[in-house]
Amino acid sequence: MNNHFVIPGGFKKWSVGLMIVGALSLVIGIFALHPGAGSHGDNVNSTRFWAVLLQNSTYWLLLVNTSMFFICITTLAMGGWQVAFRRVTEAISSLVPILGLLTLIVILCIVLGNRTDIYPWLDKHHVETDKILKGKAGFLNPTFYTIASILTIGLWVFIGRKMRQMSIESDERGAMDYETGKGWIKKNITWGSFFIVVFGLTVGSTTPWLWLMSIDPHWFSTMYSWYTFASTFVSGISLIVLFVIYLKNRGELEYVTDEHLHDLGKFMFAFSIFWTYLWFSQYMLIWYSNQPEETIYFIQRIGTAEHAGPYKGIFFFNLIINFVAPILILMKKATKRNYTIMTFMAVLIIFGHWVDFYQMVMPGTVKGNPHMSWYEFGIPLGFVGLIMWGVGRYLSKHPLTPKNHPFLKESIIHHT
Amino acid sequence: MSVKKFVVGCFDDEKVLFPAIKNVRRAGYKIHDVYTPFPVHGLDHALGIRETSLHAAGFIFGITGTATALGFMGWIFTSDWPMDIGGKPHFPLPAFIPITFETTVLFASVGMVLTFCYLCQMMPGVKKHHFHLRATDDLFVMVIECTEKANETEVTSFLQNNGAIEINVQEAETGWWFGRYDKQQKLYRHEEVGY
Repeated sequence: MNNHFVIPGGFKKWSVGLMIVGALSLVIGIFALHPGAGSHGDNVNSTRFWAVLLQNSTYWLLLVNTSMFFICITTLAMGGWQVAFRRVTEAISSLVPILGLLTLIVILCIVLGNRTDIYPWLDKHHVETDKILKGKAGFLNPTFYTIASILTIGLWVFIGRKMRQMSIESDERGAMDYETGKGWIKKNITWGSFFIVVFGLTVGSTTPWLWLMSIDPHWFSTMYSWYTFASTFVSGISLIVLFVIYLKNRGELEYVTDEHLHDLGKFMFAFSIFWTYLWFSQYMLIWYSNQPEETIYFIQRIGTAEHAGPYKGIFFFNLIINFVAPILILMKKATKRNYTIMTFMAVLIIFGHWVDFYQMVMPGTVKGNPHMSWYEFGIPLGFVGLIMWGVGRYLSKHPLTPKNHPFLKESIIHHT
Repeated sequence: MSVKKFVVGCFDDEKVLFPAIKNVRRAGYKIHDVYTPFPVHGLDHALGIRETSLHAAGFIFGITGTATALGFMGWIFTSDWPMDIGGKPHFPLPAFIPITFETTVLFASVGMVLTFCYLCQMMPGVKKHHFHLRATDDLFVMVIECTEKANETEVTSFLQNNGAIEINVQEAETGWWFGRYDKQQKLYRHEEVGY
């Protein structure tokens, strides 16, 4: 066992293969779905093209960005247990620049291409006559949207790079004594807290409002950003679990034990419950007060007692795989230490929250014509391939264990 | 309720305590308990204590709470005293969830506290025998039960060889009025990972 990860042939083949699947779906989509046509919603396939891209790029971007959030929040909490697999989280977060660029391209195409079928607030004449949209125009306008999105992604990339750089520099510098270690941790905490503030102002509030909630600009929910955050956090942890288990099965990551996996499992369990708590809080308040301008969001999805909506199945399926399955399966200690069950649950949770994003984006865009076919599955497979490729690339370039991290000992003897 | 004879060995260092526990278990003596001034990580592992079923009990208490709340509210609002509240259906599930959740937590927590008390043989008013008062201060106290296979002189010399700084023999009450829940100790296995 050496401290370097050599990308196995199968891993490379799968990542490239999946990327090719994604690229092919995109190319076929460009020709078959006419992305340039019908920005007024008269061509469903055209709307579908952009809606799927929006759903996937935002989902996978927030998913990989969760890893950087995880690094920063554990740094701020002076946590030591995660150091043994810290490089895995860094590797996942190294995808933020690439996915951020893709997301920027997608959302800027949507906004600058004036896709009113995705974001109704882009329609200037409509906004003039609509009292609610007029009131929100200071926030929901192309200029603000563009600047805020570029700034958001730029800051994630910038601070994330800084955090990774500090970690990699520590490998080259040799063992740290008490004073240098203290200084290094302090520097980490400074940048980490900067990231947390930015994260709170973006993922914790404005980003989901701009990118996702403005699909239904008349409707609003104060839970929405937290809901999105919880969704991406739990799936981000699942992604970390998947890579940790993969490396562990290949005999790498010698210091990671069942104890670490158990703690990651606790995160998956706890944040699945947290997500459900937010899901329920959003649903129940709207259901209880029963005001038309709020219930419209759920009527679009579930429908009414007389007419079942087109997304009813997906809406409740979402709740089953993201709440019922984790609470029942991950509750036991033994399952959180079992590689097979944890892999299964991680895949299930990532898929489940992808479905969650699907039901967040689609009802407001393609409305009554939901599709679940080659394009909807091809694009996310491409993103999965891209993430695999990026993580493999980062891990093969840098040592798998940050051997000079002052808290490494704490991680090695970690015990739940 | 039975009075048993115990050999009490005191250790002043964790580093001595852990190998001693290993040796005692390997020799086949029955460890009654180890009393420490603070929670020691991995001690339960080293002692080979079977995990308690407190989790399972908690789950069952919780499910009972869920069933009680849902069943009771459902019965009241559908058959016993149906009321029209804000035009909602007679079995408004979302409105019942918060109360169901609270009842689940209440049942699970109270039930688990009582179960925990039972497992540890603690209850207000129960007097427990202190094997060594310094177990609450700075000593790790290992208590070994004397059986027909383990007589006190043998165990005493065994503990002495394993670094105990103070050894004495005591007779103590082990049971209480609810009967004893015996901590099951797994047999020592050679492949066991030590902490």
